[in-house]
Amino acid sequence: MNDDNDPAWPVELINLNCPNCRCLTSGEREIGLDTALDTLLGTFLSGDRRAAARLISVVENGGPRAEAVLHALYPRLGGAPRVGVTGPPGVGKSTLVDALVRHHRGQGRRVGVVAVDPTSPFTGGAVLGDRVRMSDLATDLGVFIRSMATRGSLGGLARTTKEVVDVLEAFGQEILLIETVGVGQTEMDIASAADTVVVVVSPESGDAIQAMKAGLMEVADLLVVNKADRPGTSQMVRALEADLAMRPAGGWRPPVLVTVASRGEGTDEVAAAVGRHREHLSASGALGERRHARARAEIVAILRDRLWQRVHERLADRLPDWVARVEAGHATPYTAARALLAAFLEDEA
Amino acid sequence: MERGIRVLVAKAGLDGHDRGAKVVARALRDAGMEVIYTGVRQTPEMIAEAAVQEDVDAVGLSVLSGAHMHVFPEVLRQLTARGGGDILLTGGGTIGDEDMAELQALGVGRLFGPGASTREIVDYIRAETARRRAQSETR
Ligand SMILES: Nc1nc2c(ncn2[C@@H]2O[C@H](COP(=O)(O)OP(=O)(O)OP(=O)(O)O)[C@@H](O)[C@H]2O)c(=O)[nH]1
Ligand SMILES: [Mg+2]
Repeated sequence: MNDDNDPAWPVELINLNCPNCRCLTSGEREIGLDTALDTLLGTFLSGDRRAAARLISVVENGGPRAEAVLHALYPRLGGAPRVGVTGPPGVGKSTLVDALVRHHRGQGRRVGVVAVDPTSPFTGGAVLGDRVRMSDLATDLGVFIRSMATRGSLGGLARTTKEVVDVLEAFGQEILLIETVGVGQTEMDIASAADTVVVVVSPESGDAIQAMKAGLMEVADLLVVNKADRPGTSQMVRALEADLAMRPAGGWRPPVLVTVASRGEGTDEVAAAVGRHREHLSASGALGERRHARARAEIVAILRDRLWQRVHERLADRLPDWVARVEAGHATPYTAARALLAAFLEDEA
Repeated sequence: MERGIRVLVAKAGLDGHDRGAKVVARALRDAGMEVIYTGVRQTPEMIAEAAVQEDVDAVGLSVLSGAHMHVFPEVLRQLTARGGGDILLTGGGTIGDEDMAELQALGVGRLFGPGASTREIVDYIRAETARRRAQSETR
């Protein structure tokens, strides 16, 4: 692969097997780019959308190939704004995302959208329908939209949502929008993937908000009451503001905005408020803190994955025996875990 | 890495009704597939670009307006222009046998008439996807 003309791209990172880098070797296994992946990355870097889509699939499917790709792309990540849009089903999140994309396109920015919908726990399948509200963006080459299913992850995010956003940023998208359905306690997830979280509700969302109040209020950097063409809007705004007033003073106060996203009303103001929130993050140092926390969480997550994989490889044979003992009442899960851990550490030594 | 099947389901043409496409989308989901549903009034360009961005294995296209002899070849052309010529293009509508044969000669997959069961469609997409994956692995 020839990439001499791209100074931002450290050559050693795209070479096969990355010999200088420890993170590419895990035990006996070399986690490098195979030839097919290497070619795909080259095509990706030349701006090919099919290659970008393929790399996203690789990342979404996980495993050593995903890791190799993410590792190679990491130097291309430069802190493009990541905006989460969440809220109860059907309140107009996709319609708002569509309007926000148009806003940024109007300013000439390339935009990436990742829209996450739940996987059916019964069949493993999913209908991902967010594109319906973004149809006209499909042929705009400055926009890349990817739908994702949660695939067994418990929160509103898929396990690899952040990584898919990484690929889009590495592809050159300058602002990243992430749509998820906020249900119950799961909104916390989005806060770990986005710099700014926009929580969208509609005038009819009273019950839904009641059910998810704590989580909703904690993650919201901005509240949007969409479908403001419907009755109950001002009551909803007042209720949200009353709730916000109970927050301790100081720091960022989430504004409550009203929109009719289907007509593009109020949506530029949402974009502006997102911009103000970002300025606040930078000025207060909170952006650094969020990214610091995210980097830490990422390392811990990778470590946990790796450790578990390794533990599992070593102990898979011995596990059933301990399960049987616990079942028979000859051991507790705690003694079993302790014994297995001791065995693992001994093997490793 | 084991990979699930992703299918884009779209409705081309100007009539706004998409009950059939939605029924198929749900059947594919119930068969464990990830279905990207893009809705009605999709142009061939929108369909092809979305299919590429979503990295789908197959496109299931419903054409009821009688424009199938234009829409299917055009989607195929737009897919190929984007490097997605290997994506299975299938679908349905009221399409006569002669037209069907002509479209298949162009490289369109099997097409289903209004009487087809969702089971048939699911089985076909599953089998054809498996066949194409195996083929691209040996290449
Ligand atoms: N009256 C009114 N309807 C709207 C408005 N914004 C969106 N809608 C409609 O609300 C419905 C749902 O919109 P979506 O944008 O798909 O909502 P969503 O929150 O993304 O839905 P899910 O992703 O399924 O949770 C659609 O029929 C939209 O046309 C609005 O401002 N006013
Ligand atoms: Mg949506």
